[in-house]
Amino acid sequence: MQSRPLMILLLGVALVAPMFIYPVFLAKILCFALFASAFNLLLGFAGLLSFGHAVFLGTGGYVTGWLMINSGLTPEIAIIAGTLSGGLLGAVFGKLAVKREGIYFAMVTLALAQLVFFLYLQAPFTGGEDGMQGVPRGQVFGLIDLSDNQTMYYFVLAIFVAGFWMIHRTVHSPFGQVMKAIRENESRATSLGYDVNQYKWIAFIISAALSALAGATKTLVFELASLTDVHWHMSGEVILMTLVGGVGTIFGPLVGAGVIVSMQNYLSGGELGNYLHIIMGAVFIICVLSFRSGIVGQLQKFRRNNF
Amino acid sequence: MTFQTKKVSTLITGIVAATMASASLAATDGKVKIGVLADMSGTYADLCGPGCVVATRMAIDDFGGKVLGHDIELVSADSQLKPDIASAIARKWVENEGVDTIGGLVSSAVTGAVTQVTGASKNITLITGSASNAFTTSACSPYIAHWTYNVVALANGTVKQMVESGKTKWFFITADYAFGHALEGVSSKVIKENGGEVVGSVRAPLGTTDFSSYVLQAQASGADVVALANAGNDTVNALNAAAEFGLNESMDIAGLLVFTPNAQAMDPRVAQGMRLTTGFYWDMDDQTRAWSKRFQESYGGIPSMAHAGAYSATMHYLNAVAAVGTDDADAVMAQMKKTKPDDFFARNATLRADGRMVHDMLLVEIKKPSERKTENDIYKIVKVIPGDQAYNPMIESCQF
Repeated sequence: MQSRPLMILLLGVALVAPMFIYPVFLAKILCFALFASAFNLLLGFAGLLSFGHAVFLGTGGYVTGWLMINSGLTPEIAIIAGTLSGGLLGAVFGKLAVKREGIYFAMVTLALAQLVFFLYLQAPFTGGEDGMQGVPRGQVFGLIDLSDNQTMYYFVLAIFVAGFWMIHRTVHSPFGQVMKAIRENESRATSLGYDVNQYKWIAFIISAALSALAGATKTLVFELASLTDVHWHMSGEVILMTLVGGVGTIFGPLVGAGVIVSMQNYLSGGELGNYLHIIMGAVFIICVLSFRSGIVGQLQKFRRNNF
Repeated sequence: MTFQTKKVSTLITGIVAATMASASLAATDGKVKIGVLADMSGTYADLCGPGCVVATRMAIDDFGGKVLGHDIELVSADSQLKPDIASAIARKWVENEGVDTIGGLVSSAVTGAVTQVTGASKNITLITGSASNAFTTSACSPYIAHWTYNVVALANGTVKQMVESGKTKWFFITADYAFGHALEGVSSKVIKENGGEVVGSVRAPLGTTDFSSYVLQAQASGADVVALANAGNDTVNALNAAAEFGLNESMDIAGLLVFTPNAQAMDPRVAQGMRLTTGFYWDMDDQTRAWSKRFQESYGGIPSMAHAGAYSATMHYLNAVAAVGTDDADAVMAQMKKTKPDDFFARNATLRADGRMVHDMLLVEIKKPSERKTENDIYKIVKVIPGDQAYNPMIESCQF
């Protein structure tokens, strides 16, 4: 697939978009696009359905937020710390979870995530239900002030591009090939001599760390880290984004995040606000019933068949 | 990189450079736009949800619909009681949609997140549904006007009166977020100052439906009074659970924050005789009855104190805008603090320098089923608590 011209085109659109659209909204889409892409790395390419991915998003956010409030570090260091903490948590959870498969894998990840959710609910440093409020955006490298929304957006875009590039590289590396082999036929991958659990574990860590990166960035954008990001609803939402966009495609999660976040944004303010969850549920059902490969998957199929 | 892509990227760089210098949206545009951010469908929807939008709309209509030569615009949104969602909506409103003032605001967690945004962007915030006293103390800002009530007024009303009557041992069932913590903290202080003691407390998450385990802990505590430091449906659910376990037969139950719609939803056999503090009761006198009747016609139910507060705050704000002839937040706020709010809701009222709106509070008792003439006839007014006795004194750092 010729993805390079498309990527450059998308980057161009992303660069000029804040001229026409509210930058904070765009930054939110980018954060969720990164989160969904990280999740898709696991579900779409390694075939592992984690049902507790919100915990990494939230952990990244809380760690970064706490550091920004209490330590006076610059945002890039705080974000790196948040990312690493997510990766570390992913290493622990992944080690336990990859011992099981299928529905049991999903349940183990959900259980561990809920454990951490209640920890965050009670721990004093997170602010419980109030959330961690008043996180300063700070100055990147001590030079670039992020308090302006446009500057913030370009900073988020840079992070997103870096994270997305990493996912792209991972998928197209020999490691990515093995991941896909495991997804297609795990026993055959084992018989070829690959240590399947080790590969799954590493994929889990990468995915967790990138999710934490998304969470850390989101916290800076909104100057707030809250329980919403750790709640299992969020784990469900990222699955929805990935499925709507197209699981196992590079661009699917981007499209999915864009569609879902826009829907939430435009519906929540209007007359249909009360029906938001019903509409989202309906979209999910339609997606699963009529175009199972998602928006991007369907487009790819269409192009293959007609051109 | 091919020639083609190089050309595209040069073009993009050029466009971006050109857009970097764009200006931000001006806040003082002479058009007044009010945003009501409330809980449209959750635990607190009956207290300050669609009703707060109706009340604000009423204030705008009564004002004449126009100020500074333009129509007054009203937008509303559902905070879903989540700080992150509320913060994002508030940010979008003030930064991108030219909203001058945000009203409604129920749940202190939500309000805390919103005031962070409006404090930085210099937009007036009319808090009418939240209880935490932090908005005029630790989290105070020159742009906050805190209407209706707060935890200090509730504790000074309900708790003090009960301790003085000999109920000295207290147990708390507390909503586990800013509001609950503040209410428990302030109430505990009042209890200790008046010679009582707190024998225990338990914290329940917002939106809990099954309170049985909390009620059993309260029952085992040996307290005289079980205080419900929560609000909305949480209070109703806790009270109903208490009734199921017969808690109300062995101990007194004190609802520290009860709104009229909740009092109506409680089983009167359990709730009768319960004393509570409120900022407003619809059936107080002719003025309140007249307003409440109009409110009821467009909303359907009787108004809560947050609804009445939303009307009063909006009216006071609009009067100030008209008086100073601008929507500049600093000038309007100065005018709001200079003039005394005076309407059916605000009795002997003043907006203090710290943003606290102080007015007379009511200590009321829930009527027995036999005493009720209509289904809306729920309170008996025990006494009027003057504002300066109910509210916390101003602190040094918050006098703007």
